Amino acid sequence: MAILINEKTRIIVQGFTGRIGTFHAQEMIDYGSNVVGGVTPGKGGQTHLGLPVFNTVKEAVKQVGAEASIVFVPPAFAADSIMEAADAGIKYCVSITDGIPTQDMMTVKNFLRRFHKEERMLLTGPNCAGTISPGRAMLGIMPGHIYIRGNVGVVGRSGTLGYEAADQMRLLGIGISTSVGIGGDPIPGSSHRDILERLEQDPETKVALMIGEIGGPQEVEAGKFAKEHMTKPLVAYIAGLTAPEGRRMGHAGAIISSAGESAAEKVAILKELGVTICPTPSLMGQTVAEVLAKM
Amino acid sequence: MNIHEYQAKEILAGYGVKIADGGLAYSVVEAVQRAREIDGDVWVVKAQIHSGARGKAGGIKVCRTHAEVEKAAEELLGKKLVTHQTGPAGKICSRLYIEAGTSIAKEMYLSFMLDRSSERVIMIGSAQGGMEIEKLAVTNPEAIIKIYIEPAVGLQDFQARKMAFALNIDPAQLNHAVKTIKGCYRALRDLDANILEINPLVLTTNNEIMALDAKMVFDENALFRRHKVAELRDNTQVDSREVAAAEAGLSYVGLDGDIGCMINGAGLAMATMDMIKLAGGEPANFLDVGGGASAERTEKAFRLVLADANVKAMLVNIFAGINRCDWIAEGVVQAVRNIDMKLPLVVRLSGTNVEEGRRIIANSGLPIITADTLADAAEKVVRARNEVVVQKA
Repeated sequence: MAILINEKTRIIVQGFTGRIGTFHAQEMIDYGSNVVGGVTPGKGGQTHLGLPVFNTVKEAVKQVGAEASIVFVPPAFAADSIMEAADAGIKYCVSITDGIPTQDMMTVKNFLRRFHKEERMLLTGPNCAGTISPGRAMLGIMPGHIYIRGNVGVVGRSGTLGYEAADQMRLLGIGISTSVGIGGDPIPGSSHRDILERLEQDPETKVALMIGEIGGPQEVEAGKFAKEHMTKPLVAYIAGLTAPEGRRMGHAGAIISSAGESAAEKVAILKELGVTICPTPSLMGQTVAEVLAKM
Repeated sequence: MNIHEYQAKEILAGYGVKIADGGLAYSVVEAVQRAREIDGDVWVVKAQIHSGARGKAGGIKVCRTHAEVEKAAEELLGKKLVTHQTGPAGKICSRLYIEAGTSIAKEMYLSFMLDRSSERVIMIGSAQGGMEIEKLAVTNPEAIIKIYIEPAVGLQDFQARKMAFALNIDPAQLNHAVKTIKGCYRALRDLDANILEINPLVLTTNNEIMALDAKMVFDENALFRRHKVAELRDNTQVDSREVAAAEAGLSYVGLDGDIGCMINGAGLAMATMDMIKLAGGEPANFLDVGGGASAERTEKAFRLVLADANVKAMLVNIFAGINRCDWIAEGVVQAVRNIDMKLPLVVRLSGTNVEEGRRIIANSGLPIITADTLADAAEKVVRARNEVVVQKA
């Protein structure tokens, strides 16, 4: 099963012919993802990487049955590309682009809310490494070889810290059903909670690992959801013990701006909610292994 | 991005918000000149630093003569002001804002900010202004009113009126209050600000509604389309290392510890710093070198980390995805040679082309300590740091 993507998912790349889009499209194809084309306005009709280029997402949906898209469009135009995908009937969109203005993301989220829930496109990112269902499909920029297929669902705000977790698990022989990067921005397309909802529904996922960080209300909301609605165990790590208040730690969203947003506070609340906490970032794999062993 | 009070006030005045007469001064002579230009017999000399709580730190002085203005300016210019927001390092005051004294009948609080839970702009107000809103939220939460603004339609008049009534504005001033509140919101929306705070918003004894202080924080990601806002950046208010980092396209935050760090990815950087702390050390900085780190960029990052005189040992932790370990390794070797680095260096590489990367480090002949895991790396760098400290003692 896995969630969001599998080997059949028909993928298009928005910002297909650019340098970054080209590089990662090829990586995804090499991984085995079912990339069926791309969109670059004004270059419709051309062929790139042996695949058709379309002027609009709508054409890609109509002609090659695109279901999922990945956005590499520069920050000034990325919000527009995401909304175009939603309007064209794309079901799932990953936005890799880092640096989208916050107000643009408010507009995007507002635009998405106008669709009926059943018809609403799911967005993950922006400012993320993407999503991978190991052994099936990669819709992102991660090094695919560090992920092995298995039963742990992963959701995280950080790209490289997600790699660290996947690698720790791989070394212990633990595989992943799907790993979803939700990105480091203050207004994400999907929250930890949104992804946990799907992991809970996925028969292949036995345990969920949440990799969070300082800033914002997301991790605590996810912890509350897990307590009330999840049957599967949730393991979590929260980065940023040493982060000072009021300073942006790289990610636009990684800033402690009000009570309850520091790593220590989040950890305390999550513990109270029954979430298993990884005591250190080097023990993410080990902690998951211990939880799996008890099942 | 933060701006100064006088800059925020200038912006707000353009949106119909009333502010007191005032002028900017870079010198004592200018300060007195500004006071002469402003009518009245009371002037307030306000230190322009990127921080709130300036009053408590002695950064705001009420003066009754031009001689007092002169004395206040002498005291404040060039002085380092320390508030709970600046941290112990403080911020240097190189600009003064000289403002006409205001006769206050009532102080209120008004702010707008991005609310991450609702993904909307939230307007916050209180009839009890002048104090810190965080403290008021604890002692008297009922005194705070919050109104959520729908992004599609923006702030409506009825919402502005609701806020005005909550602030106990006299009906005679209602229209002016609505105009002020809506002006603030438009400034936030039009200019891509994430925070706009007026504390206090005052009613003067002449029945005018006026912004006595103003703070605006802008979305860094939107500066590409807000050129006039971008020009308001004052790098004297930012850690000079952070300025250098931004110019090199690196994300850096200076901290108080003595273990320098270079890591790729913000989350992994925070996690590595956590690991250093858990191993008994204190990180000197946060540094995300980003994806596609070239040798040149790696050297810049090294120079930045080592420019901090407190640094006693350095840790490089790279999990290569888009990056490649061999490129990073070459960059590290080149940086150590070019800088002639003497401090202990621990390098942990993982991910794409890791074997090749490790070979480059091993064959370099440099005394670089290598580590396989995150925990191993943190322990080794803390041990190396402790040895340096022992040697010096």
